[in-house]
Amino acid sequence: MYAYDELDRTLINERVSEFRDQVKRRLSGELTEDEFKILRLQNGVYLQLHAYMFRVAIPYGTLSSKQLRRFAHVARRYDRGYGHFTTRQNIQFNWIKLAELPDALADLAEVGIHAMQTSGNNMRNVTSDQWAGVAPGEIEDPRIWSELIRQHTTLHPEFSFLPRKFKIAITASEHDRAAIKIHDIGLRLHKNADGETGFEVLVGGGLGRTPFIAKTIKPFVHGRDVLSYIEAILRVYNQYGRRDNIYKARIKILVHELGIEKFAKEVDEEWKQMGDSELRLDHAAIEEVRSRFSYPPYEKLPHMPDELKQAAHDPLFERWRKNSVAPHKVQGYSIVTLSLKPVGGPPGDATAEQMDALADLADKYSFGEIRVGHEQNLALPHVAKRDLPALFKALDRLGLATPNVNLVTDIIACPGLDYCSLANARSIPIAQELTRRFANHDTADLIGRLHINISGCINACGHHHVGHIGILGVEKNGEEFYQITIGGRADENAQMGTLIGPAVPYAEVADVIEDIVEAYLALRDRPEELFVDTVKRLGVEPFRERVYATR
Amino acid sequence: MPLVKQGRLTTDLFVHVAEGAELPGDGAVLVTAERFLADPEALLRRSGKLGVIWPNNRNVDDLVPYLDRLASIALVFPTFRDGRAYSQARLLRERHGYDGELRATGQILRDQFVFMTRAGFDAFEVKKDADAAAFAETMKRYSVFYQPTGDGRVTALNRRMQLRHSESASQ
Repeated sequence: MYAYDELDRTLINERVSEFRDQVKRRLSGELTEDEFKILRLQNGVYLQLHAYMFRVAIPYGTLSSKQLRRFAHVARRYDRGYGHFTTRQNIQFNWIKLAELPDALADLAEVGIHAMQTSGNNMRNVTSDQWAGVAPGEIEDPRIWSELIRQHTTLHPEFSFLPRKFKIAITASEHDRAAIKIHDIGLRLHKNADGETGFEVLVGGGLGRTPFIAKTIKPFVHGRDVLSYIEAILRVYNQYGRRDNIYKARIKILVHELGIEKFAKEVDEEWKQMGDSELRLDHAAIEEVRSRFSYPPYEKLPHMPDELKQAAHDPLFERWRKNSVAPHKVQGYSIVTLSLKPVGGPPGDATAEQMDALADLADKYSFGEIRVGHEQNLALPHVAKRDLPALFKALDRLGLATPNVNLVTDIIACPGLDYCSLANARSIPIAQELTRRFANHDTADLIGRLHINISGCINACGHHHVGHIGILGVEKNGEEFYQITIGGRADENAQMGTLIGPAVPYAEVADVIEDIVEAYLALRDRPEELFVDTVKRLGVEPFRERVYATR
Repeated sequence: MPLVKQGRLTTDLFVHVAEGAELPGDGAVLVTAERFLADPEALLRRSGKLGVIWPNNRNVDDLVPYLDRLASIALVFPTFRDGRAYSQARLLRERHGYDGELRATGQILRDQFVFMTRAGFDAFEVKKDADAAAFAETMKRYSVFYQPTGDGRVTALNRRMQLRHSESASQ
């Protein structure tokens, strides 16, 4: 965990006071809605279909039990008793009253939580691998760097009014769980030949109506230079990014229009001129931030404790363990993913009761720490293996032990037309219906890893382009239709899915997905061949035939 | 339009001269970039202070040869959403060492004051009287800053390191 010091606390309290003043001026009419809009967006407040939506940052997906309890409190006190975890390590509350927002923010600030820059045309929450610091084989904990970048990009005087929003993600593992290739800047931590820590820097990724996979702009930027290099990219973008058309304003369009070589040259020239600025991080500065991350006092525990051997006779436990429990870098410990995708539930939602109870379980079994991943699930990052059977029972009682992590019902979905004023179609009911169709865990196990991502409009908050199966809601003559793509992925081999055929009406989506899955089961050359690999091997055509032959 | 300069409401001595309008014989003037670049030397020889209104889509490098002779540079925020002039300001101050007046013009509202000051602005043509009156108070909003800029404020990281240093020295 990163521990806030007095300075961090002062800053977020100052931000709360500033926002309180802004809300006051809006309510008194001193600020017009047009002026206030930008100010509230800079603090995570959107106006949705029914109410204000409030988005709160969970930097690099790390939460303490105390912070999670405070989310439960906000959900109960200011909202309708639940919160929604997003694809970018944020939590959203959907029913907040404007006049109460400053109080909700002040309550969160007490536990070091803020909503700075969770929306608006500025640098958004810096995201990272939800297994950071505990994943076996990780090069080093990417959160040290995430925190350095978080601080540097918070209330940045030069870059708070960019052409468009700007998202940074960092990974330090071979398998990319942070989806860095669909970010404005993706950072892959690695070591050079001299053993020094640095980053492969990727730029210009993003989804939305013009999706791009990020391109490598520099294979190695030394860790000490990472802030100045990011600053150089942002300065080029701030000056030359398009501001005439909101749909062409992201950095991906600038990179695309200039070409990556020309863009890289502009950035390099700017970077050279910045020279040895104050942005260079010396060893002491990096260690200063590193020193404020604490790690649990792990015990020396056996690889295979008796508790685990005994529980192996319980098939329900075993199914959950095989699905949701991953290896930890420390012997005797595990990382446990908690599915927020129960059958029939809206993906990513958690009730205040679940959050409170989970905070207690985190205290008991995970050194008080919880993680949030971009797949809209939570994790307990330090669970002793001997505690797994007891934890399973407790999670099961809370409805947090659905054994569907990474399976067909582990669906990413945006809020869609049920909440969002931008949406053309509903997302959540589609996800709910699909979880019912594939509710049988044996079937889901047989299908294996398969990511379905659903967006209710072209803005792609549900990351449909990079779902193994992507579902995009569109509007046709006043009715909800859905375009379906297959073969996308968001990991280190990220790519966009391919459209399978004409859009289908709302009522047929679940049938079509079932057809696609059945086609896969018939077409895969062995059970271990994942859906996405079958699509890669055979292309879209055989799937298209199956789906549209009878339609 | 109220002008805030060096933290105080001030009478604006500069006259904005529109493109094509006749130039007054003396007195301080702010002229457009086009007029300035057409014959900079003639304008700089004129008696009376000279300032340039520099659009936010023009490279400030073009101003560099004249910086020590300009009394003011006015950078433009067509709307407060458009943040290009923040980069221009930092480049003028921090890279090119400009130390004359750096003025913010356009849609200048209270909630930009801290950012603008940190980027190097020291004069503000503020849209609303109430915002101009609240300048000093607004500047007190923040006492902690994460990024180094040319404004000389000590960053949080440096304060922590100093603290650490003094703690270890006193032990």
